[in-house]
Amino acid sequence: MILDLVAILLIAAGLVFFLGAAVGLVRFPDFYTRMHAAGKGDTLSSLLVVLGFALHELRHFDGSADVVVFLKLLAICAFIMLTSPTSTHALMDAGYEDGIEPVLGEDGENALTETRNRRLKD
Amino acid sequence: MLYRLLIFALLMVTWLVFSGLFDVFHTTLGVLSAAFVTWISSDLVFEKREIPMAARFRQAGRMVHYLLWLLWQVVLSNIDILKLALSPSGLSRVQPCIVKFDTTLKTDFEKFLLANSITLTPGTITVKILGDRYYVHAISEHFAGGLDGEMERRIAAVFADPAPAKPEATEGGTD
Repeated sequence: MILDLVAILLIAAGLVFFLGAAVGLVRFPDFYTRMHAAGKGDTLSSLLVVLGFALHELRHFDGSADVVVFLKLLAICAFIMLTSPTSTHALMDAGYEDGIEPVLGEDGENALTETRNRRLKD
Repeated sequence: MLYRLLIFALLMVTWLVFSGLFDVFHTTLGVLSAAFVTWISSDLVFEKREIPMAARFRQAGRMVHYLLWLLWQVVLSNIDILKLALSPSGLSRVQPCIVKFDTTLKTDFEKFLLANSITLTPGTITVKILGDRYYVHAISEHFAGGLDGEMERRIAAVFADPAPAKPEATEGGTD
């Protein structure tokens, strides 16, 4: 009962963060800032939703099957923690290599220009 | 040898969890597969074999501690994105910049961990790593200030070797 309640709370929180990520994806100005919304929002919200499922599986302790599903869901959480930031980073890098110019703030610098100059020199 | 046993145990636990069947037939299959994989490719994981096993377990403990801290950072970073995305005035606070810094971390795994941690903490994403230099996209100057090296110190502390093993361990980690 309590576990179910916690599970529902976790899933609901995950959905709220998904909403934030989706709205950010639409509102943010350029590719790179959108990746902030997509990359981070996805990580935590999928974690919360999957954790919610995992706790839901534990709701009655009658047999080992539920525990195995719980452990499998935890393994999915671990994979999300690993793969989500990695793919975000890969997309950022690919975007930069593809020549997408980042939108910069009022006095925001772009330290990456030095790599571009270096590449032209080589 | 100890490392092979550790790898075998890890593989076996993974097998048991993913298979979910504990009868003699499937467990035997698991033992055979885990032993085979350990035999042909146990040298692929765990650099720096000269570190004693006890130190390795202490590392794992500190790693768990670090991951919990990281999880908390992920929560903060998401609250942050939520605020930026949903508040009407949020967009005026999006003033992106790309900053660079040099790291002192040595092994690939430490660098990978730092890059992923930067991506998961509020307002910053690693764009590129060239050698020891990190290029980080920050959503505003304010968040770029968060890259003051605290995370790097935490990661270095996780993998800090016990005093006696230190000279050879750092040598092994540089390549």
